[in-house]
Amino acid sequence: MPAVVSLSNVHKSFGALQVLKGVSFDVAAGEVVAVIGASGSGKSTALRCINALETIDSGEIVVCGHKVHDPELDRRALRRDVGIVFQSYNLFPHLTVAQNIMLAPTCVKDMGKAEARRLAEEVLAKVGLAEKADNYPEQLSGGQQQRVAIARSLAMQPKLMLFDEVTSALDPQLTGEVLRVMEDLARGGMSMILVTHEMAFARKVASKVIFMHQGKVWETGPGAMLANPQTKELAEFLSNDL
Amino acid sequence: MTYQFDFSALLPYWPLFLEGVWLTLKLSALATIFGFVVGTLCAVARAEGPRWLKTVVAIYVEMIRNTPLLVQIFLVYFGFASLGLKVTANTAAVAALVVNVGAYTCEIVRAGLESIHKSQLEAAECLGLTRTQTYWHVIVRPAIERVYPALTSQYVLLMLASSITSQISAEELTAVANRIQSDTFRSFETYIVTGVLYIILSFVVRLAFTLFALVIFPRRRKLGTAI
Ligand SMILES: Nc1ncnc2c1ncn2[C@@H]1O[C@H](COP(=O)(O)OP(=O)(O)OP(=O)(O)O)[C@@H](O)[C@H]1O
Ligand SMILES: [Mg+2]
Repeated sequence: MPAVVSLSNVHKSFGALQVLKGVSFDVAAGEVVAVIGASGSGKSTALRCINALETIDSGEIVVCGHKVHDPELDRRALRRDVGIVFQSYNLFPHLTVAQNIMLAPTCVKDMGKAEARRLAEEVLAKVGLAEKADNYPEQLSGGQQQRVAIARSLAMQPKLMLFDEVTSALDPQLTGEVLRVMEDLARGGMSMILVTHEMAFARKVASKVIFMHQGKVWETGPGAMLANPQTKELAEFLSNDL
Repeated sequence: MTYQFDFSALLPYWPLFLEGVWLTLKLSALATIFGFVVGTLCAVARAEGPRWLKTVVAIYVEMIRNTPLLVQIFLVYFGFASLGLKVTANTAAVAALVVNVGAYTCEIVRAGLESIHKSQLEAAECLGLTRTQTYWHVIVRPAIERVYPALTSQYVLLMLASSITSQISAEELTAVANRIQSDTFRSFETYIVTGVLYIILSFVVRLAFTLFALVIFPRRRKLGTAI
């Protein structure tokens, strides 16, 4: 099966600061990859490069057939295939939950209002928030807002979903409800890359775990590797994390 | 010595007062609408435009903010005349007010645009919206909602400042008052009445802006947040 995402030898610096120093990994269709690592190790930067929010200095990134490293990249085409959810939800505060979700399908796919509304209701039901369609983001809890953000991405029917520490701003109870949504997605066969600090979740859901350290893929393996780290850096990271 | 108030001398002039009120409203409404459009376009140009355009807008804004309104009005009025354009005093007045309030609007809207967090832009970009779509749906609309109170104050000020256009004999409320007081010689009473009329006008304009906000900002309506 062809890889949905393939990074090879990706380098990225911000000024003098080298953040990614030759990152390579693949994500196969339907695979769930958890990226873990200490703060500053380059996890978010890697995700942002995959979605062309940052341009890389060298190396290759191919996502769903789009050559992301190519200067001629059609970003909008890439973004039809890739959904991303951030730690800070980034819902549009002046739009209702339904309008947040309808915006992209109507603007990007020229979908009619009525059809977009049906779609919004459908994805909201998927994340368990059907009754909140006409509320504004500020009327929702953090966990609910994050689930809306996920629904908003899903409405574009992406082939790949990127999650960057989507539960880090939430208290444990709200974290659970967001993780459940992501778990459902994984079970449904969605290809996903998730940057997370939730080790238990990574172990349970991920088909592959990538440990990043100092801008490199330091160790990679199945979820079980978290119980049996091969490098002392991963062992250290895991013990700090507990 | 006590002053003998005599408002009765003004009674026959009430239709004239009303006409002045109406003209003031009309001038200010036109200046507000066009000034808003000009100012918003300038703000977007200043944020997104090519370098030369940014400079042009910056110069325009600074020129307006650092010269008296009266001088601007004379410049527009006599400017039209010396270009051989025949325009009425009222048209020149509206044009001058638009030029003036457009610059202030530009500054206010620019502050609004800058207040929208970069993450909002990124979210829209990641959803595949074009730059223009993002600008309209995610930046301009919420930005204007945010600075709406400042805009309201600015447009109430504009309505009051429109009295200066009486200097080029635009026939708004103050010009009417000038005429009435020279007819009746009841200057004090005339300007008391005029002042009261401006207070009422301010109140009406503010009310109109508040009601308009409820129409264009559904979130305010639903959440009941004051604007
Ligand atoms: N736009 C930027 N400009 C300059 N430096 C940046 C930028 N974005 C990230 N960095 C730097 O790159 C390094 C890696 O950042 P990154 O956000 O990828 O780390 P991370 O692994 O996601 O960390 P965290 O767990 O704290 O989110 C950090 O040192 C950060 O300060
Ligand atoms: Mg990060």
